[in-house]
Amino acid sequence: MTQDHALSAADASGRLLMAGLPPGPLLALAIILPLAGLVPLLLLGPRAGERAAIALAGLGLLLAILIALQVGWSGTPALYHLGGWRPPLGIMLRADGISAGMLVTSAAVFFGISLFAATGRDRTNTFPPTFWMLALCVASGLNLAFLAEDLFTLYVALELLTFAAVPLVCLDGKAAQLKAALTYLLFALLGSLLYLLGAVLIYASTGTLDIGLAAQRLVANAPATGIALALMSVGLAAKAALFPLYLWLPPAHAGAPPAASALLSSLVIKAPIFLLLRIWIGLAPAPLAEQAAPVLAVLGTGAILFCGMRALAQSRLKLLIAYSTAAQIGYVFLMLPLVTYSGPLSMPESLAWTGGFLHLAAHAFSKAAMFIAAGVIAEALGHDRISSLGGAAQAVPISVAAFAIGGLSLMGLPPSGGFIAKVMLLTAAIQQGVAWIAVVVLLGGLLARGYVLRVVVSALQRPETDASFVTIPLRRQSMALVLALVAIVLGFIPLQPMDFLLVGRP
Amino acid sequence: MIGWTIFALAGAGLVGLGLYGVIMRENALHRILAFNILGGGIFLVFGFAARRGAGAGFTADPVPQALVITGVVVAFSATALATAIVVRLTAAQAEERDDAPHAKDDG
Repeated sequence: MTQDHALSAADASGRLLMAGLPPGPLLALAIILPLAGLVPLLLLGPRAGERAAIALAGLGLLLAILIALQVGWSGTPALYHLGGWRPPLGIMLRADGISAGMLVTSAAVFFGISLFAATGRDRTNTFPPTFWMLALCVASGLNLAFLAEDLFTLYVALELLTFAAVPLVCLDGKAAQLKAALTYLLFALLGSLLYLLGAVLIYASTGTLDIGLAAQRLVANAPATGIALALMSVGLAAKAALFPLYLWLPPAHAGAPPAASALLSSLVIKAPIFLLLRIWIGLAPAPLAEQAAPVLAVLGTGAILFCGMRALAQSRLKLLIAYSTAAQIGYVFLMLPLVTYSGPLSMPESLAWTGGFLHLAAHAFSKAAMFIAAGVIAEALGHDRISSLGGAAQAVPISVAAFAIGGLSLMGLPPSGGFIAKVMLLTAAIQQGVAWIAVVVLLGGLLARGYVLRVVVSALQRPETDASFVTIPLRRQSMALVLALVAIVLGFIPLQPMDFLLVGRP
Repeated sequence: MIGWTIFALAGAGLVGLGLYGVIMRENALHRILAFNILGGGIFLVFGFAARRGAGAGFTADPVPQALVITGVVVAFSATALATAIVVRLTAAQAEERDDAPHAKDDG
């Protein structure tokens, strides 16, 4: 009883606090704030600039939490019309439940990665200001991609993200990195142009770029609608590295320095994935979305099974983790045939919905933890060959633990966010009688168990007799553990649909 | 109207040519050029959408023009970034060849 009172008192004071704080400008601030960090980086020199960038990452997390609280308390999406202009001519920012959830996830992971990056590029060098500038641009681009409600603004967000992410791949300027960066850039550019062509066709047939308005005006059986949605989907799939367009991802994500890999693999690809979901959930006419959902789920299945097997076959640790990213993004697309596109969601449908988005969040935390941990392991051992990781558990025990704990979430073992998300998808699939999706979820978990345990078992072996290890300070090892533990904490979310994620669902 | 349709068809043709080039060409510079042809085609199609006045039933719609200008700037930045990476890559590859004159060049 007393707890209830305390809760409602906190609720009331929260409402009071929020009443004086219109949510709209916060959305614009979330996009501007990371870019403000470029000023101290340019004017105050590397050390002060780095500190400012980390402070802004922390502030960004607070801001994202404020927006999410506002959305959760009000139960309605937060809106902001730039310059007071309303759609169809004006540009609108909109945070519904899923946008706010992605906003908080990406801000939290970004803050964690920043704290790790603050411990340096490696033991002796700090990151150059270029890294911090690119990272802040990534943060701003992500927030724009999660909040924009306008197809062209989203195109700009995707391009901003690409332009910030590609140089992160080739920070050291080695030939292999530059090659991976070029392939990534060409894939991404082709993807964004296909997306743009689709957006142009949507504009030509509806006269608006606002997702909500265009959704009302799109005609399901007009050929232009189907072609536009297909073009946008292929473009976004190329940017998201959705099977079979994943080939650019492993060399790009595995070649970068650990902090950059973590940014790319846990956050950057989430933007095109989120937009791909948004297009089919929020823009496509319901009959078309129902036809496309199984196709996307089959691509997701291809990702989970094929890229999972490729991960199993890798001999280098960072490549293994990169292939596992290409595999894990498949899960969220399994959600699509399990939800309805017209009217409110039933109980098992909202369970699938929650599971899908929870999986995106859990993957972001666990993948960031694993890439950072792998980077530290490689630093201590001087290499990242999986067959000779022996002794890593003695040399960098915290990093190996972080890798294993992050791996729990990938494997779908309790307690972890990945476990809860996969159980939700599994339950929803069984309740709706879609057996093959249940089978894919289980098989994907087995594959992940295979490749995560291969690394952990190898790291627990005795060191080779002539092996020498570099000592890594505790501070540098611990950030991965914190990120991995957040993925575990997500596992204590109750196994039921989250009302928060349903706020503002079209 | 026929006159404007020709522009739309030319745009569609450029999109086809550009797509073919981006996917089929091996040389990075060729692919960057093909990417620009593809982009040009898309902007032309967008211009046609403006001419149709799809937006509000006007004789012409100014919105796509503003967007095409933004799109041109974005495409220009993309081209600059891509060519810069190609230049750096060529230099880095030459450097690696000089460093390891006996290593087998796997191209």
